[in-house]
Amino acid sequence: MGLEKEEELSLGDSVLVTKLDTAVNWARSYSMWPMVFGTACCGIEFMSVAASKHDISRFGAEVVRFSPRQADLLVVAGTISYKQAPILKKIYDQMPEPKWVISMGACACSGGFYDNYTTVQGIDQIIPVDEYIAGCPPRPEAFFDSLMRIQEKSQKESITQKDRQHNRGFKGFLDA
Amino acid sequence: MHNKVYEITSDKIRETIIALKENENFSLLLDITAIDYLNYPNHTQERFSVVYILRDESFKNEVIVKTMVNDKRLSLPTISDLYQSADWGEREVFDQYGIVFEGHPNLKRILNHHQFKGHPLRKDYEITDGQICTETEDLMDEMRPLLKQKGYEEDEVMLLNVGPSHPASHGTIRNFLAMEGETIVSAVTEIGYLHRGFEKACETHTYSQIIPYTDRLNYCSAILNNIGFCKTVEEMLGVEIPERAKFIRVIVGELSRIMDHAVCNAANCVDLGGLTNFWYIFNPRDEAYEVLSKLTGARLTNSYTRIGGLSYDIYDGFEQEVESVLRSTEKSIDDALSLIARNKIFLDRTQDVGVIQQDFAINAGITGPNLRATGMPRDMRKDKPYYHYDSFDFDVVVGSHGDVYDRMMVRFEEMIQSIRIIRQAIKEIPDGAIITENRAVAMPPKEQVYGSIEGMMNQFKLVFEGVKVPKGEYYSATEAGNGELGFYVVSDGSGTPHKVKCRPPCFYSLGAYSKIIENTMLADAVVTMASMNFIAGEFDR
Repeated sequence: MGLEKEEELSLGDSVLVTKLDTAVNWARSYSMWPMVFGTACCGIEFMSVAASKHDISRFGAEVVRFSPRQADLLVVAGTISYKQAPILKKIYDQMPEPKWVISMGACACSGGFYDNYTTVQGIDQIIPVDEYIAGCPPRPEAFFDSLMRIQEKSQKESITQKDRQHNRGFKGFLDA
Repeated sequence: MHNKVYEITSDKIRETIIALKENENFSLLLDITAIDYLNYPNHTQERFSVVYILRDESFKNEVIVKTMVNDKRLSLPTISDLYQSADWGEREVFDQYGIVFEGHPNLKRILNHHQFKGHPLRKDYEITDGQICTETEDLMDEMRPLLKQKGYEEDEVMLLNVGPSHPASHGTIRNFLAMEGETIVSAVTEIGYLHRGFEKACETHTYSQIIPYTDRLNYCSAILNNIGFCKTVEEMLGVEIPERAKFIRVIVGELSRIMDHAVCNAANCVDLGGLTNFWYIFNPRDEAYEVLSKLTGARLTNSYTRIGGLSYDIYDGFEQEVESVLRSTEKSIDDALSLIARNKIFLDRTQDVGVIQQDFAINAGITGPNLRATGMPRDMRKDKPYYHYDSFDFDVVVGSHGDVYDRMMVRFEEMIQSIRIIRQAIKEIPDGAIITENRAVAMPPKEQVYGSIEGMMNQFKLVFEGVKVPKGEYYSATEAGNGELGFYVVSDGSGTPHKVKCRPPCFYSLGAYSKIIENTMLADAVVTMASMNFIAGEFDR
């Protein structure tokens, strides 16, 4: 951003010139709309993330949407079982691009200490993941850390780009 | 300690249970589970047995009815016509062990998905053998008979899925509803979306290693689960924990109960449209988290108890910090109530909504605040006191109508009663050890581990082999946030349990939910669900 040419200067302070991508990314990164796929203990800790003390609205991401159609940040907070997997995939597929995924807590990242017949050993077997948060459950601070990294990543988007590079070619066990 | 056990043959099961119910007032069926005796030392009878745990109306006595199941037939007569709670109880046994209950109206899987093959809690099922589920069930097989019963055609109703991913589903519950306008004609509840194999995991871990798994049953009050499990194992071992440990367990346990009720009521207020209450109630909860993380090292999943006592003693200044949490809690309850107690919208939305009748509640196995809200003063802390609960001065809180309003107010008032208990307990904490000195149970102090070969061996054996629990089977229960939390443990004498069955209180209240919301409005079903406090980690395990 900035004023460069003489004719622009003549406009005074009323106009800012910038790239469209920069403006869109700036707006988007400070108004993430999370869709919280909270299934277990991490979902309870997400409630603390949203409550007054930690206050997710400081990051502009307090508009928690339970409709995937209105969200651009999927927070998978909790254990995903094989029974739950098709639902998670459907929710992810329903979200419009561009979209990001935070895998919150040990269970979502790797199955955690549930190495057994019912637990998916990491949601990255089903959907692509942008940020992993360790912890069982992670502290709210850890969540904000990853949220800030998602904000950084979102600055690299371009409105001319249809799909995000790394999501292309992803194949999970539910993709036929 | 021992339970009262009736061992009977499988053809006598119905008459025995009918006799217990009719003649001795065993009106509450707590739990049904099966045991697979494959590889159990010196076992020569049939492979499976089924266990029924019953409680009488006074809540003071429990009885266990046990029967072996014929290996070839693998079936028993159903008792789901006698107890509403047997409906889901028998389905779970069928799902996990493959035992058929003849005459059950709807014997299908409950925790595992419909494409699952085999029965995971059988001893010959490999624990890591996961099976992929590609699509969700449509549940029409359950809905059709319900609609027929009510005289509706399929095209006369609107079919609506509430959950499993839905803001009102509080986690992972799926309710499949048939609607006529805004009224629910019939409902089917499907669970199992958070089934994480707790019971199977217990069979491959030592008793001490199971404690972190119990945290994640009812994760809103992890310490109450820790206490419930450790108390059961301690009673099997015949170990008496030190007095100081008992008092600290009471204090942190009641603190957890406050937080559990706080989450339930705060979330309920959000579902009613009152977000401000949520902020009010969550502030002291976060303060309590700070105290717990200082004490145990974790905010939510504390793993604070050990078999035989506690992991850490309380820190300097603990009492003052707890007192400060209690004061903010009292203030938050006042603040929250000042917004709703005389609020007409709130009263209209909650009074006479989602009513649970007392008889139905008992028959369905509903315990805890949900039962007390119907006016039944049953609390394990009073009826079967442990940890000196009989010497604390507190009231059992009851409602009168069993509606959403009563359940919320019972929880608010129970928070205040818990505050009373904590204040009394803090004054009386005795000095002394926090864990038993029985070296077959508790680890030696670190100086001995590093300073002597005996101490080192002692620690090594306890870590690698686990605490050796005497061979036998035992059921014990505590009053957790949601009601009677029981553990049925089968030990083969080694350091790893042969089987652990958790009796999750909200499993049975959720089993009754679809009946409670029939013929009510959809919006009322949402608040009814929020007021009954279903915790996915607990009912799905």
